[in-house]
Amino acid sequence: MMTVVTIPPFERFYGDHSGEVLGYLRRLLGQRAEDAWQETFLRALRAYDRLEHGRHLRAWVFTIATRVAMDEFRTADRTTAVENLDGDPVELRQPAFRELEHLTGDLPPTERAAVVLRYGYDLPYAEIGAALGSSEEAARAAASSGVRRLRRTLEHHA
Amino acid sequence: MNITPELDARFRAAALAEGLVDVRYDVTESPVGDLFIASTPRGLCRISYTVEGQDEEIAKVFGVRVLRMPLDEVRRELDEYFEGRRHDFDLPIDLRVAPFHEAVLHELARVPYGHTDTYGSLAAKVGHPKAARAVGTVMNRNPIPIVLPCHRIIGANGSLTGYGGGLPAKQHLLELEGAILPS
Repeated sequence: MMTVVTIPPFERFYGDHSGEVLGYLRRLLGQRAEDAWQETFLRALRAYDRLEHGRHLRAWVFTIATRVAMDEFRTADRTTAVENLDGDPVELRQPAFRELEHLTGDLPPTERAAVVLRYGYDLPYAEIGAALGSSEEAARAAASSGVRRLRRTLEHHA
Repeated sequence: MNITPELDARFRAAALAEGLVDVRYDVTESPVGDLFIASTPRGLCRISYTVEGQDEEIAKVFGVRVLRMPLDEVRRELDEYFEGRRHDFDLPIDLRVAPFHEAVLHELARVPYGHTDTYGSLAAKVGHPKAARAVGTVMNRNPIPIVLPCHRIIGANGSLTGYGGGLPAKQHLLELEGAILPS
């Protein structure tokens, strides 16, 4: 049986997700989050009437927010993400993430987004990959690379 | 994380300025209870005595890009009407209904303030003198009550019959307009 998930009125979608998306963008962009937040919801609104169903809306808006944040990184400070795709995936428990969260600002953008989406917002790697415009494997690798970097930073600070 | 009112207002204004909003709605207080009101860029499209779930109803008809925003003009004209200072509405209307409904609602809009007419008479005016029941259905589904004055349509024997907002609301409106004496 086909389940049709109807698209909610935009106001409901906005009410459900605008707060956590702002929180996410603050983690990625700090003070620059507000413009990126507005751009995220304007992009969502521009595309909203072309959606075919109402599934995965949360992952969808996080994808848009991530792309907006990545654009912002590229234009603002032109940092290139350091891709470190080798090594074993490192998984992290949520409490551990809270201890490390304040350090994510030093990560390269892609790793930062992957780590925050995985451990801060509990998105599956397939959706993080979609958000980053890469594969599920690359998303997993970026997150574990980010976590290793965070651990090193933490040891450094300790 | 909470969105500040400034940030929220800035987003809504930008969305509106860019023409991204299919329909805006708000809820306004009135002497006959809370009213759900909605407008498209073409005009007022909905007034409802039922507030709950109306956002989904308008999304089905007018598009999913629905935002809640103040509708100052609609609210002002309704306030003036309820204060007895306004007899006719100047709001543009966006009516999206079947042709028969449209014809009946057009005739309905010509029934003057403070007057009543009957279902049968309205049916005759659209060329279907035997369609009083069908006209009753059109009244029942009127998307813009008060502004399209279905409260002015009563039974041939003078009884108020029915009303989407409940008979007390119909009575209130007709008394306000002086069409019937206060009971």
